[in-house]
Amino acid sequence: MKNIQVIVGLGSCGIAAGANKVYDKILALKTLDKLNFDLKKTSCIGMCFREPLVEIIDEDGSYLYGNIDENKAVDLIEYHVKNGEPIKELVVKSDLFETPDKNFFEGQVKIALRNCGMIDPEKVEEYEARGGYKALRMIADMKIPQTEIIQKMIDSGLRGRGGGGFSTGMKWKFANANKSNEKYIICNADEGDPGAFMDRSLLEGDPHAVIEGMIIGAYTIGATAGVIYCRAEYPLAIKRLNIALEQARKKGFLGKNILGIEGFNLDIYVKEGAGAFVCGEETALIASVEGERGMPRKRPPFPAESGLWRKPTNINNVETFANVPWIIYNGSQEYAKYGTEKSKGTKVFALTGKINNGGLVEVPMGITIKEIIYKLGGGIQGGKKFKAVQLGGPSGGCIPEYLSNTIVDYDSVNATGAIMGSGGMVVMDETTCMVDMARFFLDFTQKESCGKCTFCRIGTKRMLEILTRITEGEGRESDVATLEELAYQIKDSSLCGLGQTAPNPVLTTLKYFKDEFVAHILEKKCPAKSCKKLLTYEVHKKNCTGCTVCAKNCPVNAIEGERKQLHFIKQDICIKCGVCFTKCKFNAITLS
Amino acid sequence: MAKVNITIDGIKLQANPNKTILEVALENNIYIPNLCHHEDLVPAGVCRMCMVEVEGQRGQVVACKTLISEGMKVKVDSPEISVIRQTTLELVQANHPQDCNNCKQNNNCQLQQVTAFVGMNQKRFERMRKTKPFIEIDNSNPFFNLDHNKCIMCGICVRTCDEVQGVNALNYGQRGFNTIISTFGNRPIKDSVCESCGECVVRCPVGALYPKNTQIPAREAKTVCTYCGVGCNIFLGVRGDKVVSSRGDRTSIVNKGRLCVKGRFGYEFINHPDRLKTPLIKKNGKFEEASWDEALDLIAKKFSTRKKEKFAAFSSARVTNEENYVIQKFTRAVMETNNIDHCARLCHAPTVSGLVQTFGSGAMTNSIDEFYNTKTVFSIGSNTTAAHPIIALHIKTAKRNGAKIIVANPKEIDLCRHADLFLQQYPGTDVALLLGMIRVIVDENLTDKKFIKERCENYEEFINSLENFSLENVEIITGVPKEKIAEAARIYATNSPSSIVYAMGITQHTHGTDNVLAISNLALLTGNVGKESSGVNPLRGQNNVQGACDYGALPDVYPGYQKVNNKAAKEKFEKAWGVKLDNKIGITHTEIINAIEHGSIKALYQVGENPVISEADANHVKKALEKLDFFVVQDIFMTETAQYADVILPASSFAEKDGTFTNTERRVQRVRKAIEPIGDSKPDWWITSEIAKRMGAKGFDFTDVEEVFNESNSLVPNFAGINYERIEKVGLQWPCPTIDHPGTKFLHREKFATPSGKAKFMPLTYKVSKELPDTEYPLLLTTDRSLYHYHTSTMTRKVKGLRILDEEELFKINPEDAKLFGIEDGEMVSVKSRRGEVKVKARVTDICQKGVVSMTFHFFESPTNELTICEVDPVAKIPETKVCAVKVEKF
Repeated sequence: MKNIQVIVGLGSCGIAAGANKVYDKILALKTLDKLNFDLKKTSCIGMCFREPLVEIIDEDGSYLYGNIDENKAVDLIEYHVKNGEPIKELVVKSDLFETPDKNFFEGQVKIALRNCGMIDPEKVEEYEARGGYKALRMIADMKIPQTEIIQKMIDSGLRGRGGGGFSTGMKWKFANANKSNEKYIICNADEGDPGAFMDRSLLEGDPHAVIEGMIIGAYTIGATAGVIYCRAEYPLAIKRLNIALEQARKKGFLGKNILGIEGFNLDIYVKEGAGAFVCGEETALIASVEGERGMPRKRPPFPAESGLWRKPTNINNVETFANVPWIIYNGSQEYAKYGTEKSKGTKVFALTGKINNGGLVEVPMGITIKEIIYKLGGGIQGGKKFKAVQLGGPSGGCIPEYLSNTIVDYDSVNATGAIMGSGGMVVMDETTCMVDMARFFLDFTQKESCGKCTFCRIGTKRMLEILTRITEGEGRESDVATLEELAYQIKDSSLCGLGQTAPNPVLTTLKYFKDEFVAHILEKKCPAKSCKKLLTYEVHKKNCTGCTVCAKNCPVNAIEGERKQLHFIKQDICIKCGVCFTKCKFNAITLS
Repeated sequence: MAKVNITIDGIKLQANPNKTILEVALENNIYIPNLCHHEDLVPAGVCRMCMVEVEGQRGQVVACKTLISEGMKVKVDSPEISVIRQTTLELVQANHPQDCNNCKQNNNCQLQQVTAFVGMNQKRFERMRKTKPFIEIDNSNPFFNLDHNKCIMCGICVRTCDEVQGVNALNYGQRGFNTIISTFGNRPIKDSVCESCGECVVRCPVGALYPKNTQIPAREAKTVCTYCGVGCNIFLGVRGDKVVSSRGDRTSIVNKGRLCVKGRFGYEFINHPDRLKTPLIKKNGKFEEASWDEALDLIAKKFSTRKKEKFAAFSSARVTNEENYVIQKFTRAVMETNNIDHCARLCHAPTVSGLVQTFGSGAMTNSIDEFYNTKTVFSIGSNTTAAHPIIALHIKTAKRNGAKIIVANPKEIDLCRHADLFLQQYPGTDVALLLGMIRVIVDENLTDKKFIKERCENYEEFINSLENFSLENVEIITGVPKEKIAEAARIYATNSPSSIVYAMGITQHTHGTDNVLAISNLALLTGNVGKESSGVNPLRGQNNVQGACDYGALPDVYPGYQKVNNKAAKEKFEKAWGVKLDNKIGITHTEIINAIEHGSIKALYQVGENPVISEADANHVKKALEKLDFFVVQDIFMTETAQYADVILPASSFAEKDGTFTNTERRVQRVRKAIEPIGDSKPDWWITSEIAKRMGAKGFDFTDVEEVFNESNSLVPNFAGINYERIEKVGLQWPCPTIDHPGTKFLHREKFATPSGKAKFMPLTYKVSKELPDTEYPLLLTTDRSLYHYHTSTMTRKVKGLRILDEEELFKINPEDAKLFGIEDGEMVSVKSRRGEVKVKARVTDICQKGVVSMTFHFFESPTNELTICEVDPVAKIPETKVCAVKVEKF
């Protein structure tokens, strides 16, 4: 039992799947039986679809067990820890033998996520043991001038990972060039796209990487204070950030004359967002930090010139900052080795939707969407047909199946009408109605509009109403034209990114799936059989046995029929809930 | 600034580079449709209506947010722009009620104007039209309503409340399509921090924010507000014989169109049914209506036998300069005594007695609009936002322009929200606080040595008096941490031009004169006087308290501060008035009350005053008034004091007469008649002149006020250059000695008004207040003001809305004290001092420091001045209404 480590994944995804119970069980067994092994915590390794995950490292190597519950935890301790007999059928990843999930890791290159799932995020020593704060120490020891760091960042080709895609080095250069006795550095951790959780996992799994990146950024631009603007819905990330910040202060990475760099004083604090999506927009974020309602301001002036409290301010996203120490330590060439000509390095994606391996992956730029979905993602759930993928959340757009050979880099994705965004990848199959999908995202942005600009406030509402009536079979022939007209005007006439991109999901679905709109409007049909109001449930005459199960389960008593007789559904009462469809054992309910 | 050349629609224009395309276009009468633009506000770019095209730039730009640049070529119309504007308009109108005829803003609506310009294609529009569920109108505020259904979300109200008013009562609430204009927590406006100034109502481009009284006036009269000493210029709107509106004059240098709640909505008292309409004579203890002849003849008869030391007059800080001149002339020339005073005795007497010693002149040294460029505003003993709201706006603007604000006040007043530094001294310890600051400035060598050497005297003596004011001592006396005192001193001394603002918190003490001297020492030491935006600025309380002093309603001086015991002055006035005058200085307000009580004064003539409520130790005043042989009260309402009168004369309000008021910055401004006198009331100058004439006096045959004005100004060198013609449009600030003199923006530019021409430092010692808390009376009571009321509320409580907004007296007490005395917020308590007892509702608030309680004096039901002490400053004779000891019990 000597030198055995048991590591439980305690990211939000793990906790949601019951990892706390697993951890408690293992701890109880360890205490009760006075077992001599190391019990450790870590965060999300990306395999959210296999949570709770428990890794056991013995003298032979590492075994990552998936879908562990309390009972299985008992088995693991009994067999593997006590008797040295790994339970191979539960292993999802191991460096000793092949597992069915091996593809999930093959092709991934972990730079931003280098420590996620590998260290206990609440222990700075573990971060340091894996090379943490070495980049910062290198800067301090070698007295690397700011200009050199800026050049390194420019050479690395790192572009803003929040979705903007602007060169980080150039951004720092501008912020550095604006002279002021006060400057600020802000980490944008207001991750709000539905289906995106890259930043949360990073902050939960490796907060020091983000903090070190911020400290390096602060040194480079000459910032005097830092703010991490994190949405309040991420309590675990906030807790771990605050622990990490306190550790960094104690260790002297924050404070006065940091690591002996004369005059380099910096502290960072966490500001919790109040749940407004628009606060991810940098000027609204600044307003929110200042205590105002989060409403965007016009740019220029850009934050680099006049940002927080009207002082030069640099804002980067979580993932961007996490890359920084790696680049500084390993060199820009090493980073630029990955990726395409204009999009260097790696990108983290959150895979969600109708995909088998929902989770977090970090891939080099240039990989195709198909590879991500079929290789890493393990294909579509239930063997259904892949239809499209939504990239960039509500600000992005969909890429249809026939364009799935598109490579992942800023320019190629933009060419499709979608955007790279922050990394949310929502996969849709043949049962997803694209009109309804567009309606969903527009409903989101419409509700999250700050209400400032006329077009964004009222225009998106009008578009939403049109989409809603189309999905309800009330669409008019002129609707597509009106949608397009409004969409382009909203894009052109809105002040901030939220309004300028809000119509993107609608425009891309119109571009790639116009036929679905037409079917809804003209034929009053939903090809994906998803829009309730356009569905008709009917009893299949041949298959019905008259078992009465459907009638008994119908919540509105819309089904009538004598026992052992053919049943029928009263369409005027039916609410299309689908209960009869799922309850019928004889395939006697049909959907059209 | 070098001008920038741009062309708009091919028209070549030049403009300052910091302007936006929209501003330049509108200035040159080129219309670009807009909904969220307002010239007073920072552009927001919200409505997206003002899209234009700029050559070389892709797509359209927002004209209101785009600064012009050299060579810029702008197109304000194109097919693309038309389409965008069309859709924008359709979206704005999509939920707007199409009910213009029933809208209060009809004909004055920006949306109508834009719609007319852009044009509406009804068929296109139908695509967007969708009525919204009706949102209840917020009619909680007594003066205006908020109708969300008409709101176009331009945000002008939100920005006004922030940028103009600094109150931030309104902001956006909710998100997306449901976004609305909201107070904090979407509570009714009345329950928010809204100050009801109505600035948002004035600026609302549609009918979303509209006054409850929407009568459009048939004509308007330009005049000066009758509340407070700021002297805001207003237009009173009239229909028939009724004042129906009031609006600020945007061209006015004083208020730039801005008004507070009283100025904008407080005009209802003018036509109030309770106005006195006919003379009243008390017969058998009851007032009976009488004719003017009957009343005036009676007064002439009674006064004739009670001249000289048997007579005294209280003139009024609310009536015009001309009327004050007539009343003091009557007292001096006809009644043969200098026993004339007015309520300045109770407010700024120490300012005069103090600043005359040090600077030679007892008025505000600077002008109101100079606050804009002040770098440090030091407000001490002034609740500026409540008592001088429009000056507070100027101070807030200074803050926006980058100024530092230091507030020293025993209470955490509203201005503290804008302050960089707040010093909460114990009441009555101002001398120690100020000398502590002075000590820091001297010790840290931050003094203006050149200024001291060239322009001041008595410095050495003064420096030697500072020994006892070490910061340690001062901290113990004032309760203000010494670091804060030092920081305040450093900011004041180094971040100049610095300006001191003060009011009753400084003057209403037995050492009020010392307080004022300490302030002038501080200013002199740092050279912060005699310069633009830099000086000592006592904020005068009533609309014409400056003028009442200027025009001689004081016992020691003739008009223009010419001493009654100065032979030359006396001879000048004897010659002008054709009578012999008494060279004995008269007695003051507080002394007059005492003299009445002692029986030496038999007759009192009182114009526009209410000492039963406003005088310290009011019970003592009531006792005195009962002893009078003959008491004449001249007022617009039946006041608490008028009940004691033998004859009441109905006077006309400011809206019913011509004349001049002099505001706190020495600006003489025209008051104009808007309506005919109510009932049988008469202007005060006419009444006093009639009494004089009936007593056989000569020199009172005035046909109009201009005659009075010219006579008075001919006798005062400093006013000699002012006449009605010159102040027709803009008031003039005295000194203005000749007809071509432009008036004086700030005082003491080259030399001080002292005999030597130099300012004088005054050595000081710290004196404690007369009555401090002890075991029997453990709390210190200080007095303050409410924004919603004025003086004894004789006018403001006749305005229903003001009554609703501030309905009763509140006894403000710190939570710790409240706990100690077992008092809950909102319950009735009994407050007792050695002089009286008052029932009042408690308000538990941490605005008050521990051990200090406060009340206003606006409510006759809870007459605070029955508690206060009538100990006076030995020089200025002002009672110590800011400090007395009380105890509190549950009622």
